[in-house]
Amino acid sequence: MKQFIAFVRKEFYHVLRDRRTLLILFGMPIVQILLFGFALTNEVKDSKILVVDYAKDHASGQLIAKIGASRYFKIQKASLTRQEILSTFQQGEIKAVVVFPGNFNENLLHANKAQIQVITDATDINTANMVTNYLSSIILDYQNQMNENLAIPYQIIPETRMLYNPQLKGAHGFVPGVMALVLMLVSVMMTAISIVREKEMGTMEILLVSPFKPVLVIFAKAIPYLILSLINVVAILLLSVFVLDLPVKGSVLLLFAESTLFIITCLTLGIFISIKTDSQQVAMLISLMGMLLPTMMFSGFLFPIENMPVPLQVISNLIPSKWFYIIVKSIMIKGLGIAALWKETLILLGMTAFLLVISLKSFKIRLQ
Amino acid sequence: MEAVSVKSITKTYGKEKTLAVDNVSFSVEKGELFGLIGPDGAGKTSIFRILTTLLLADQGSSSVDGFDVVKDFKEIRNTVGYMPGRFSLYQDLTIEENLHFFATIFGTTIEANYHLIEDIYVQIEPFKKRRAGKLSGGMKQKLALCCALIHKPTTLFLDEPTTGVDPVSRKEFWEMLRRLKEQNITIIVSTPYMDEASKCDRIALIQNGKILSIDTPENIIHAYPDQLYAIKANEMYLLLKSLECYPDRLNSYAFGEYAHLTFKDYGADLTKLKGYLREKGLSGVELNAIEATIEDSFIKLLN
Repeated sequence: MKQFIAFVRKEFYHVLRDRRTLLILFGMPIVQILLFGFALTNEVKDSKILVVDYAKDHASGQLIAKIGASRYFKIQKASLTRQEILSTFQQGEIKAVVVFPGNFNENLLHANKAQIQVITDATDINTANMVTNYLSSIILDYQNQMNENLAIPYQIIPETRMLYNPQLKGAHGFVPGVMALVLMLVSVMMTAISIVREKEMGTMEILLVSPFKPVLVIFAKAIPYLILSLINVVAILLLSVFVLDLPVKGSVLLLFAESTLFIITCLTLGIFISIKTDSQQVAMLISLMGMLLPTMMFSGFLFPIENMPVPLQVISNLIPSKWFYIIVKSIMIKGLGIAALWKETLILLGMTAFLLVISLKSFKIRLQ
Repeated sequence: MEAVSVKSITKTYGKEKTLAVDNVSFSVEKGELFGLIGPDGAGKTSIFRILTTLLLADQGSSSVDGFDVVKDFKEIRNTVGYMPGRFSLYQDLTIEENLHFFATIFGTTIEANYHLIEDIYVQIEPFKKRRAGKLSGGMKQKLALCCALIHKPTTLFLDEPTTGVDPVSRKEFWEMLRRLKEQNITIIVSTPYMDEASKCDRIALIQNGKILSIDTPENIIHAYPDQLYAIKANEMYLLLKSLECYPDRLNSYAFGEYAHLTFKDYGADLTKLKGYLREKGLSGVELNAIEATIEDSFIKLLN
């Protein structure tokens, strides 16, 4: 046990003394969260929207002018049928369509209530959300303006429709996504590299000719990265709660337990790569190409898996991050508990066990 | 008692079956300082790795302290000390941390075996807070020796410990080895430097994976069959060229600032040689009969 602690301490020295590793370890998650949180959101500016005005009256004219005056939207007017509206969407240039029904002004004046239909292209979730929000607030603003001198307030009810993706799946998905990505990268790449480094530097040779069990080398290597990755989880969650205003709806404890499980899955994967490779470059390339890309593509974080061809959907099942992404999303955003996630948890456990067994089997107690 | 016994081991590498160790046998007595002497690529490191259980030999068997290198590899790993040819400590750890780490890994403490490394450690102790990567070549080797010694090994394997080390440190290093021998530690050391061979109790001359000769350095020198001459002249290159064409010559080669020469017959005519060299246009010829060195023996064995 004393040996094991000494080994773990040595690993911490390695990590803490290598500035580049430290930077990757802690700089990357923060930068990614902030990047995905702020820089990479599609700001709505001069978005083209189509106004279909069946009313052509005083109120609709005023509201259209108000929408057009904001810097967010560029208005095109057209009178189209419902079918034609759909086909313009398919061309992809129009972000939203605002439809005024035939007797807008009249409804407003007599019934004190009128409806507007707002249809958005929800294939791009963030934009769709934002366009709807901006339009709603403009409409609300107009309504308040008119109501200033009135006893019975007018009500304009925007009826919004998100086309193509009504449930807005994947909204705020980037925090779970980045979590899966960062943990994958840190755990897989760092462990893989650190074990291969012992081979490359020749220290493995000395370690092998010592009473220290070779298998323990592997576990001792994994522990510092487990701890560092957990610190990363804390950092990401703090950022998402306090900077991005995305609270954890479900149990934080469960989230940590699941994260620990996923980190261990990644660590065993890193260990497996390190056993199979002999140079740091190869280990790094395999971790990057073999892990980062599939994580981006197949976890459902950037591209919805449901839309992929069936073979790719099957492949995506092999990617641990896919399952972790589902777990984190469910806990953070939907607030689900373990009862809903036992299947994903079991899959991760199974992957970990499998990787651990083949790693231990292929670990060489000699050179070559 | 035999500390190390090697019985006709053979080792090949890769698909092409490159022969690295070719039917090598030798044995080392307990407390002996045994040297494997040979040029780079002779197979020294392969032999070390087989004995330290890092590689499996294709054929043959060997044992260290009575333990079989294949069957009882765990016992061997517990007891031997190994210092690889390449500096293999943690470069980003300080001297102190490296030593402490290896002491703990071997289940001991620096204090428990400090007497073993004291002589060596005091020389690097002033720098104990310095990272190993920032040490000079000599200091690195001293630290590596400390780390290999800290668990009081029964047998110490040192693979080219003095390669890349300055002459003064090399001399010091060998003095340290002699002192360790007094602690009854068996030491097997390899080196490409022939001048270090005489510091060993017994040596094995090795080339292309084959052992050419095993004996004490004195016996190997005494077994040199010919009378050896050292020749010096004003033009070294011309001298070597001329010697090659001399009819009575058996062998000749450059050796530092001299050329070494042996004749086909024992009592050769030296004045005839001097006359021949003058004819070739050489002046300042100096000719002395000398004792052979290990290197001369090695060259003789190679031919």
